[in-house]
Amino acid sequence: MGRARLRVAVGAGAARAGGDGGSSDVQWCFLQVKGAIDEDVAEADIISTVEFNYTGDLLATGDKGGRVVIFQREQEPKTRPLSRGEYNVYSTFQSHEPEFDYLKSLEIEEKINKIRWLPQQNAAHFLLSTNDKTIKLWKISERDKRAEGYNLKEEDGRLREPGRVTELRVPTLKPMDLMVEASPRRIFANAHTYHINSISVNSDYATYLSADDLRINLWHLEVTNRSFNIVDIKPANMEELTEVITAAEFHPHQCNTFVYSSSKGTIRLCDMRSAALCDQHAKFFEEPEDPSSRSFFSEIISSISDVKFSHNGRFMMTRDYLSVKVWDLNMENKPVETYQVHEYLRSKLCSLYENDCIFDKFECCWNGSDSTIMTGSYNNFFRTFERDTLRDSTLEASRESSKPRAILKPRKVCTTGKRKKDEISVDSLDFNKKILHTAWHPMDNIIAVAATNNLYLFQEKMN
Amino acid sequence: MDTMFVRGLKRKCFDGEEDIEGTLAGIKAVPSYNLQRQSLLDMSLVKLQLCHMLVEPNLCRSVLIANTVRQIQEEMTQDGTWQMINAQNTGQASLDRLVSTDILCRSSGDQAEGKHVPAYGTFNKDFESDQAQDGSETMSTASSVQAPRNLQSNMWEEMENPQENKGNFQKSLDQIFETLENKSPNSVEDLFSEVDNSYYDLDTMLTGMMTNTKMGHCDSLETFSSPTNTASNSNCKSDLNDLDHIVEILVES
Repeated sequence: MGRARLRVAVGAGAARAGGDGGSSDVQWCFLQVKGAIDEDVAEADIISTVEFNYTGDLLATGDKGGRVVIFQREQEPKTRPLSRGEYNVYSTFQSHEPEFDYLKSLEIEEKINKIRWLPQQNAAHFLLSTNDKTIKLWKISERDKRAEGYNLKEEDGRLREPGRVTELRVPTLKPMDLMVEASPRRIFANAHTYHINSISVNSDYATYLSADDLRINLWHLEVTNRSFNIVDIKPANMEELTEVITAAEFHPHQCNTFVYSSSKGTIRLCDMRSAALCDQHAKFFEEPEDPSSRSFFSEIISSISDVKFSHNGRFMMTRDYLSVKVWDLNMENKPVETYQVHEYLRSKLCSLYENDCIFDKFECCWNGSDSTIMTGSYNNFFRTFERDTLRDSTLEASRESSKPRAILKPRKVCTTGKRKKDEISVDSLDFNKKILHTAWHPMDNIIAVAATNNLYLFQEKMN
Repeated sequence: MDTMFVRGLKRKCFDGEEDIEGTLAGIKAVPSYNLQRQSLLDMSLVKLQLCHMLVEPNLCRSVLIANTVRQIQEEMTQDGTWQMINAQNTGQASLDRLVSTDILCRSSGDQAEGKHVPAYGTFNKDFESDQAQDGSETMSTASSVQAPRNLQSNMWEEMENPQENKGNFQKSLDQIFETLENKSPNSVEDLFSEVDNSYYDLDTMLTGMMTNTKMGHCDSLETFSSPTNTASNSNCKSDLNDLDHIVEILVES
């Protein structure tokens, strides 16, 4: 291929409209789709969060109905060594129920906003799930044996008459059908006045943070009756409120460092060693506004909807309405890379403001090696950007391309008047079909894409 | 901004293009920009009011909308156009505004909603005229600027001190209901054409008769967000609960 790319462009934070480096080399195949097929989507089935665990063997989804569904990757069958394992349902449980706040006369939605796994330390799996107000620690454990031969009770549980017991025996463990149980081990409640948007487990595996619109709290996993407030941006006079917290995350290796993003497009990096209350940031990341593109919608589209550290901890990625930006933690004044997700929407901002789509919160994710990033768009499109080769792709999660091992065809949105075959014009995009949540397997090229109430799984084509 | 011009259609969405000079050509361009700006202001105020009535206002969204409103107001105050627009309010200017909002918001896919969009301009017109009942024409300027601020502060504070601000909440509700009742021909009627008037009768509400089919509030939400999406359907469903809550609040206060 031999396309020479100027590496200088990377440092200068040049905007990449996509297509500079051509199409991505990686080809994606359909693996599976989970969820109901019919057109009528039940509100409760809408997926609201997707997360792989640390090994990628488990994939958790949360939905608007407060349920968590965990899929497990089946072991590679020895008879078909090249066929990757499929994900099958491992456990389903109701994590949160709708509640009513009597003081404010408001309903508290049961929608799961975020799920974060804890690293596995024993046979059981642990995850944190949160709705707007309450975080819960769930233990998911397997039971595949049961004890038989009790002395004081029969097999069906009835108590035996003590007088009838003539001999003692040792109960034995017999195998049984695998049963996966989920039980709530901790409930972290009553610490947030505003809606929780993020949770993040610390690298010390003992603490985690939870962030709402105005405050960030630090918890110890063992302690539910107390949390420490580490960031508070609530103004004394609420009339002066102009900025809210939109996302927060701990650094993957430095247990004292975390970042939080705001609705004004800024990111603050804080060091918990400097003060108990981290209102003073250690670093402040903001890209100066381009005065030529200023409009009444500039602030809204600069609002950051997601922030994610790279696995190596040297970079972080932010998602705003039209773009994804990669920041070097050592450079605060501008991002090192900017990728346009759907620039063709810039001229439609007024309509998107009218129908509220401009407030959609898209997430973003890194692949395991931090070489590629992914984020969602409308019309069930999602985009991947290869950082080193500058190649990008637009793919669609649809039932039409859901045949086993079918290769996903790249999609293209037509921005000029002349629409080529297979292209879709901007006005034909379905803004109801939005891909807000995506996840990338920590090691392999397997991606999970949530399209409303369906979960699509794609894997890299194996040659 | 080449992307703004699609197929030769001159769409002067005001993303970055400003032409407020004193020249004749400038004056001709100004009403278009100002009317677009006004319609954006109207739309934003409506959004703020609506989220005031919804069960769970999304604080981030509300803050962003409020900031947009503030930006527009600041610019309009700097221009001095705030006075000019209000002077034009009486009479035929509303027609111009209808046209401009149509251009602003319409893309080829939104043709169907074209008829609903004009409601924004007139909705706010009624809202402003409601404010003007308190005083003279110039007074309405100040009070209209005040209104969004009151709404904002009501909104933030309501989350903090629901007990204290129930009075304010009711006041805002009254304003909304009064506005909706001051129906000028065509526009607002288009918006709420299917609504049973008794919905806005306080007695009817208190006797719990609003559970009957026609949810005007719900319909209005659907017209605002187009194409219809599951979010508006959920608002529809939760609005039934909302009204129960609103009734409870009104009864208590």
